[in-house]
Amino acid sequence: MRIVDHTQLEELAREGTRSLCPDHTRITVGTASCGSATGGREALAAVREEVATAGLAVDLRETGCIGYCQVEPVLEVLRPGEPRVLFHHADAHRARLIVRALAEGRMPTELALCWIPRNGERPEWALPRYDEVPFYSKQLKIVLRNSGVIDPDSLPEYAARGGYHALWRALTEMTPEEVADEVEKAGLRGRGGAGVPTGRKWRLCRDAPGDEKFVVCNADEGDPGAYMDRAVLEGDPHSVLEGMAIGAYSMGSSQGYIYVRDEYPLAIQKLERAIADARTAGLLGRSVFGSAFSFDVHLARGGGAFVCGEETSLLQSIEGKMGEPNQRPPFPAQRGLWGKPTNVNNVETWANVPEIVSRGSAWYAGIGTPSSKGTKVFSLVGKVQNTGLVEVPMGITLREIVFDIGGGILGGKKFKAVQTGGPSGGCIPDRFLDLPVDYEELNRTGSIMGSGGMIVMDEGTCMVDVARYFLDFLREESCGKCVPCREGIERMLEILERICNGEGREEDLPLLEELATTTKDFSLCGLGGTAPNPVLTTLQYFRDEYDAHIREHRCPAAVCKALVHYSIDYALCDDCGACIKLCPSGAIVGEAKRPTEFIDEKCIKCGACLEVCKPAAIRVQ
Amino acid sequence: MAGATVDTILARHGYEEHALIAVLQEIQRERNWLPPEDLATVARMLRVPASRVYGIASFYKAFSLVPRGRHVVQVCTGTACHVRGAPQILDRLGRDLEIQPGHTTNDMRFTLEKVRCLGCCSIAPVVRVGEHIHGRLTQVRAGSMLKKYP
Repeated sequence: MRIVDHTQLEELAREGTRSLCPDHTRITVGTASCGSATGGREALAAVREEVATAGLAVDLRETGCIGYCQVEPVLEVLRPGEPRVLFHHADAHRARLIVRALAEGRMPTELALCWIPRNGERPEWALPRYDEVPFYSKQLKIVLRNSGVIDPDSLPEYAARGGYHALWRALTEMTPEEVADEVEKAGLRGRGGAGVPTGRKWRLCRDAPGDEKFVVCNADEGDPGAYMDRAVLEGDPHSVLEGMAIGAYSMGSSQGYIYVRDEYPLAIQKLERAIADARTAGLLGRSVFGSAFSFDVHLARGGGAFVCGEETSLLQSIEGKMGEPNQRPPFPAQRGLWGKPTNVNNVETWANVPEIVSRGSAWYAGIGTPSSKGTKVFSLVGKVQNTGLVEVPMGITLREIVFDIGGGILGGKKFKAVQTGGPSGGCIPDRFLDLPVDYEELNRTGSIMGSGGMIVMDEGTCMVDVARYFLDFLREESCGKCVPCREGIERMLEILERICNGEGREEDLPLLEELATTTKDFSLCGLGGTAPNPVLTTLQYFRDEYDAHIREHRCPAAVCKALVHYSIDYALCDDCGACIKLCPSGAIVGEAKRPTEFIDEKCIKCGACLEVCKPAAIRVQ
Repeated sequence: MAGATVDTILARHGYEEHALIAVLQEIQRERNWLPPEDLATVARMLRVPASRVYGIASFYKAFSLVPRGRHVVQVCTGTACHVRGAPQILDRLGRDLEIQPGHTTNDMRFTLEKVRCLGCCSIAPVVRVGEHIHGRLTQVRAGSMLKKYP
């Protein structure tokens, strides 16, 4: 059915509400990529089977990622008149237990994580409320508002959560100029990395001469360690479509492209479905909501090239060319896709737009810091207890994110650094833990906000190896068009590999700094321009580690293979024999299950013994 | 026969030059790699120089110009996976399969690849085999994972 008036949109929303809160039990299982990988699909099948066996009236739905990936698979139960109940580690076995308890008329709170308030209910359960769970306590969800709540394949459920109401409002109550004003006043800045004010970017494209313009969604989430865009696309694809439609209306565009990376097949599938449904409902395509505004969206799949996250390269790639960047200016807003004025924003930026239009710029600008408004989604990963996606107001401190939300370092180890901004960012040491997180503050440390990857590193992470890792990444991903990037990265990597191999020289560090500065200053695009950041920040904050590698031929974190030796602490050994059995190179010799000898020359330093040794009797030094 | 499949794919994209990447993706999905004769057919039918088609096929990492195994084992080497042991997982799989990353076993069962961030950083380290993602891997579990793929 094509929706042409507000009554019909309301009817769609009511249909969604009926499916979100049915008059019998609703069970949802998180089957985004992370949920599926941890057993979400098996849990779904188990629920289906148990429900059929018990003859229960249950509405079984799939949903996206609710953020707390550490406790996945996640399953949610909603019974009429009760709040939502979230279950953690709900693999097939536990999923069965949950359904069996429900069949007995009992809510199995002993398997649950928390309850989520709905209509002011106050249950008697001995179970924390959602915001009492440390991981969720400081979060404010705008971008992730629907992820893990709605079925991403359901347009009615999106509408029930206010979806497409912002587009309706923009088209019927606002001029294109007013929409751009709202976004500008809200203070929204690009969430892909550089933090350019979105309103300004829109205005540049709006004001560019030309009757054909394009809006583009950059979904080439390439920064390793960042995956919020995948979560949004898999869990709430319509929010991106609606944001783009609002932008297109404001900028006078009728065609949009979403450039999705090839590594995200499920995101592509969810987007295809959402685009088809939105077209059928008349929310995309010719004459949106029956108005004079037409807008359609096309998908373009990336080919696995990191540089295509850079906007000029991305546009080249949509045109079917090699993704090589172009000199700016002209900016895409002036001359972009097929030479036409083009606006490029990333997934998270677009997903913010409908909420800004619905709730107003004043509300949005009231969140965050003077220079950075709203929330930011971070992927909190690495050596941290609670991994997952966290959406927090700008201005929260790194300490709150890593220790309060993240629960601190894994295995009680010592915090060393948090890496932000992917290969363009840097490593921030503990002295900055109380830094309020916003664009400017992160820049002051030599790192950047980037797309929001936050990789926590502990005493067992070698910072020289981290710098080497990023350069190795960038060497493969540099497109090779300009010399400073192509050669600079290669030469810096040579030096870092030398240092990691224990062959570093005193003069390597000044040379590294000189190369880094040259690469930074003279590269054509952002890839090369920011490539030295991981090197420069580790040199600045962790120079002692470089010195240890060069002067003492020692890797303090015991990571660099050439500089470490394995041995057995026989006093701690409990004679389980696992290491003897597992050692692939025969370096551990034993009588029965008791290791008696460690042959250093045979050891290939693979770490297999470390993994199985329960009493931690393997020493790496 | 090869030409027929390629023609179907090209037709689906209206023989448009800008759809070149999408066309190559579909050919690779069909064949698991990009055979030279298919690339030549694409160039001929789109009336573009063969160098342009090869340029695209070699620029983008998703394309393979050599035949790949039945199961493509992709070890995620994103930052979160790196700090949580991806290098050890990659070494282990390389030892088990007796191949270097980028290569295929003689029996064409497995191709081992390094891949940049699969976006499952919260359950690092991660390996994707075909469409299936395995998370929270250890060396031991990575080894036994291979047995599931005949």
